[in-house]
Amino acid sequence: MENNDKPMLSGAQMVVKSLEDLGVKYLFGYPGGAVLDIYDALFENEKVEHILVRHEQAAVHAADGYARATGDVGSVLVTSGPGATNTITGIATAYMDSIPLVVLSGQVPTTVIGEDAFQETDMVGCSRPIVKHSFLVKKAEDIPGAIAKAYYIAKTGRPGPVVVDLPKDIVNPLIKAPYDLPEEINIRSYKPSSKGHPRQIKKAVELLLNAKQPVIYTGGGIIASEASKELTKLAETLNMPVTNTLMGLGGISGTHPQFIGMLGMHGTYEANKSMHSADVIFAVGARFDDRVTNNVAKFCPNATIVHVDVDPTSISKTIQAHVPVVGEAKKVIKQILEHIDSTDSKPSDLSAWWQQINEWRNVKSLAYETFDDKIVPQQVIESLYKVTNGDAYVTSDVGQHQMFAALYYPYKKPRQWINSGGLGTMGFGFPAAMGVKLAFPDADVACVTGDGSIQMNIQELATCLQYNIPVKIVNINNSSLGMVKQWQSMFYNGRHSHSYMDSLPDFVKLTEAYGHVGMRVTDPAELDKVMAEAFALKDRLVFIDIIVDQNSHVYPMQIKGGKIDDMVLANKEGESN
Amino acid sequence: MRRILSILLENEPGALSRIVGLFSQRGYNIDSLTVAHTDDETLSRITISTRGDQRVLEQITKQVNKLVDVLKVRELTERPHIEREIVLVKIFAENNEQREEVKRSADIFRGQIVDVTARVYTVQLLGTSEKVEAFIDVMRENATILETVRSGTVGIGRGEKSLTP
Repeated sequence: MENNDKPMLSGAQMVVKSLEDLGVKYLFGYPGGAVLDIYDALFENEKVEHILVRHEQAAVHAADGYARATGDVGSVLVTSGPGATNTITGIATAYMDSIPLVVLSGQVPTTVIGEDAFQETDMVGCSRPIVKHSFLVKKAEDIPGAIAKAYYIAKTGRPGPVVVDLPKDIVNPLIKAPYDLPEEINIRSYKPSSKGHPRQIKKAVELLLNAKQPVIYTGGGIIASEASKELTKLAETLNMPVTNTLMGLGGISGTHPQFIGMLGMHGTYEANKSMHSADVIFAVGARFDDRVTNNVAKFCPNATIVHVDVDPTSISKTIQAHVPVVGEAKKVIKQILEHIDSTDSKPSDLSAWWQQINEWRNVKSLAYETFDDKIVPQQVIESLYKVTNGDAYVTSDVGQHQMFAALYYPYKKPRQWINSGGLGTMGFGFPAAMGVKLAFPDADVACVTGDGSIQMNIQELATCLQYNIPVKIVNINNSSLGMVKQWQSMFYNGRHSHSYMDSLPDFVKLTEAYGHVGMRVTDPAELDKVMAEAFALKDRLVFIDIIVDQNSHVYPMQIKGGKIDDMVLANKEGESN
Repeated sequence: MRRILSILLENEPGALSRIVGLFSQRGYNIDSLTVAHTDDETLSRITISTRGDQRVLEQITKQVNKLVDVLKVRELTERPHIEREIVLVKIFAENNEQREEVKRSADIFRGQIVDVTARVYTVQLLGTSEKVEAFIDVMRENATILETVRSGTVGIGRGEKSLTP
């Protein structure tokens, strides 16, 4: 090989060098036969820090948490076969929430692919429906190009996970080839659009300026495209109410006076009422998910819908948009702001609309009852908010605690709230918190979880000790699968089929066995004190096991099959089940 | 309603499976599918015959377009176009009368007999899917069909407008 200007590297070295050159800081992974050569090459590198998890699913969630908190691409390295299949839930989680990830999976040598070799799995095939794209690399010299493309595809357009499958023979340390990492990526079949079409912008602005009962409805797209500032400016310029999806919380500050709360299945009364009565809905980076719309046939009958999304497939998928705008949230909102500046028309006076919204607000749909002898979950989240001054990164698992954490902790900034919104993956919260804490070691990072979810990735307590990742685990322990139980109480005549967790471990002792600090609270009067103690231990992982009322329900709750604003509100009857 | 989609995509391993996977995973129909590389060997062209109302088709088109390997998607049935399908029909014709009938029908449809044995004729026919269907119906009435194989529809737009990268 006479390629003088390109260093000669083995495939394994190319993998590591590519990651280094692309600026990867953390690589979450687990070694195995097919990736031994890559791990050997990792041994010498000093730029990429590898975090050895205890289960590959957790590697993906940790990389995902890192990606959600920073906006960078999360990176994962696993072996073939079971290593690869264990990543599937994590990849699907990231795919549903549009999170940029690159998952490098080992593969059996190209010479035996298809022969059912030891630890062989068709990873490209298995992951196909849940990735943005995937590569099966067949030559060592193609490795840097494939990895560079993977990172580019993962983070551009609508972000998502990309799999790079690496057969063992192409990473052979004995065979060297010129290392050539492309500086610029140009894929002729992949050109994500960025700016909105001027004609559509003009139409959108006309609607916005003339709306009498508008709502701005935004989702994860605001977070992904860093459009929080622009969104807030637009809302303030037009004096419009803003509601966020579960994925969009923090897109505008939860403490902003124009924020009317989350919408959808467990949305606030004012958010769902405003949506239903709206004459114009300005939807940005949200996808009219079934957990938002309720019955699509009855959805917001009077609304003219402007829908901005970087992904054309999200537009008019479930709800027909009147003014579709394909483009990145940030760029489109900027275009709209510029257009508003350049016109002479003034926005409509919305004082009557605000008066109506404030009446709905006065219903206080998030009010809840407290007791002297037992803690209720809502209190736990409010205590967490107080103790962390509203500044913590909060990750959550899936279930009632997730809804409480979404509703009772007003997130002031984007990326502060991290949860598996689309796939609803139990076991997500704790490993995701590890990724967040590694990205922001000085910040408070809390994983709000429950006794069901936490047991789905509890093995990561060991990882946290090995790498000193002092997250705080806020375990809302009701000895049951609370959300399942709530549905059974409400829709299955109280038949609590298999939603009760008998024989829970002693979480305090378990945490201590892993070398961390465990605390338990049962008394409402002690809650704030224990929470403060836990968060004062800056350099220790603390597992706070909080024993709560077993019968709490999440309210408001949409009535299935109804309009967006058909809701059950909290009342004594609802609580009694 | 029947629709024909023309898809121009990278001629890469796995690209076809992404298209097919998308259809099955989202519950879209495939009536027929053809694929081969184009005059540019780095590109493949797929013709998919599918069904659905305007809304479903819009989603299909957008979803296919979203695949990283896909360069262009066009609905052929939206504009003037030419479509063709080839069929090979193997027919059991026992007596002279049947053989005559097969020969005559093949001529009427402008098909060609491409293989003959003592008792079997194989007819090749080119045309639109409707013509192919009609031919098969006629053959079924006249003789015993042993087997048929259809290529699936290929199509191309009329005039200068072309599906190129």
